[in-house]
Amino acid sequence: MESWRAQPLVFLVFLLPGLFWLALFFFIPLGLIWGIALGERVGPAEIEITWTLQNYIHALDPLYLGLFVKSFWIALLATALCLVLSFPVALAISFAPARIKPLLLLLIILPFWTNLLIRTYAMIAVLRTQGYVNWSLEWLWGVGKLLLAPIGFEPVLGESFTPLQLLYNNTAVVVGIVYVYLPFMVLPLYATLDKLDRSYLEASLDLGASQLRTFFAVTVPLAMPGIVSGIILVFIPALGTFLISDLLGGPDSQLIGNVIERQFKSANNLPLGSAMSFILLYITFVALALRAWLSRRAERDG
Amino acid sequence: MADRPGPLDYLRRWWLRGWILAVVVFLYAPIVCLVVFSFNDSRRNIVWQGFTLDYYGRALRNASLIEAFTNSLVVALVATVLSTIIGALLALALWRFRFVGRSAVEAGSALPIVIPEICMGVALLVFFTRVGWPTGLVWPLNLSSVIFSHVAFAFPFVTVVVRARMEGFDRSLEEASKDLGASEWQTFWNVTLPYMKPGLIAGALLAMTLSLDDFVITFFTSGPETLTFPVKVYSMVRFGATPEVNAASTVLIVVTILLTIIAIRLQSPAKQEG
Repeated sequence: MESWRAQPLVFLVFLLPGLFWLALFFFIPLGLIWGIALGERVGPAEIEITWTLQNYIHALDPLYLGLFVKSFWIALLATALCLVLSFPVALAISFAPARIKPLLLLLIILPFWTNLLIRTYAMIAVLRTQGYVNWSLEWLWGVGKLLLAPIGFEPVLGESFTPLQLLYNNTAVVVGIVYVYLPFMVLPLYATLDKLDRSYLEASLDLGASQLRTFFAVTVPLAMPGIVSGIILVFIPALGTFLISDLLGGPDSQLIGNVIERQFKSANNLPLGSAMSFILLYITFVALALRAWLSRRAERDG
Repeated sequence: MADRPGPLDYLRRWWLRGWILAVVVFLYAPIVCLVVFSFNDSRRNIVWQGFTLDYYGRALRNASLIEAFTNSLVVALVATVLSTIIGALLALALWRFRFVGRSAVEAGSALPIVIPEICMGVALLVFFTRVGWPTGLVWPLNLSSVIFSHVAFAFPFVTVVVRARMEGFDRSLEEASKDLGASEWQTFWNVTLPYMKPGLIAGALLAMTLSLDDFVITFFTSGPETLTFPVKVYSMVRFGATPEVNAASTVLIVVTILLTIIAIRLQSPAKQEG
């Protein structure tokens, strides 16, 4: 690396386009809503920045606070499910023979390259009352009835099959988030597990610890950086999602993302929407700071 | 005995194989169903009724859907070119130079990657209305707000990819080139750029998929005249799912999968030499 003074012109040509773009289309827009969050509506489309905290107070009144808490829990539950589902997958891939490793990884990444909207839409067809899950359940129900008929137990299954209401509720939102963001969890987990020093695992097993004990006492702590990265990569987008809750959720599955969207698109309460967006941003910053702190601590200890 | 899995042969344990299989089925089943349904000769029924290409024909005749698809491709193409240039230049600045505020620039340029998309979406929506960004221009100039927003979230990814590539570059090659009489520009063009190339291609393809894929930010920055494919599909889905949407989605899935496979093909030889 050299000082920029060695070639100031080259340096500026390299740096300025990115800096300009970042300033104009990222920091200025964010600065605008940061200001609007501290302002008041004075006309149909006019907002005066009065440095009031009223919008933040409004955004945290019980109605909206409840939504934040609900979004938080839904995102947390989905993240936890992602972690539990992904860990064995990441572990198995990182210990797989080198020959099939890239293939397995590709298998996990490929859906991630498919459009978010298309994947959410695909989930509707699976979960709706005439969807694939209910169709399979009905088939199983028919088989069960046939099997139970000779011993006279078929009334247990009822007169007719009632499809389960799988779509348009909170469960559907959680399933949708897990479905969409699962690869975000597998990849960082795989990245750490793949670099992990296997002799620790072997030592633990040689010294008589069971697989399960080795897993929780050795593998999981060593994989912590990947776990934290994965949690952040899933949790932050899940917290701000509005597409998944909009398409898969019911009337009671409104998340904070939906409320923000409404403030900007139809309710036209920009100050409130801006304040809510910034609360979401502050939560993100806290999460990122936490990760930085954890990784610094791990480096110091390691 | 030889066939018993070793203690760390996790992939050879049946329950882990079952687990992976279940996760893969979970990831693929909805997409496969969507694709299959697009060829199914029935509007509502999910049971196979026979093969048809009818919905592809209807999707093709749906003018607004085709318009949205064209918009998506134009946006993705222009945004990719701009993101690749801007992102790669910034990567070079960060890789090559020491300057005051370097870590601030580095962290700042990574922010669009990590913040919730909806925050960036609403911020850009407010920005474009406040600055009075011209609307109602002739096509494709009216796509500019969408294109510029896509560049804003895509170029940081290019920066990350290109920087990662440049980490492995041996600076003495540049010195050798200059010692042998090449100018600064010749050195860049003949030594640095060829080394960067796999990173540039990977970054460009990443930017392209991100742009084609984006719904949230486009949803906030596009107007009624400048819908992209995902935003158009969204409004169609809100009015009820139809097999035309499946057909159009299938086309987009095929396009992105092809792009991904090209990206991976281009990246893997680079890994071997590096």
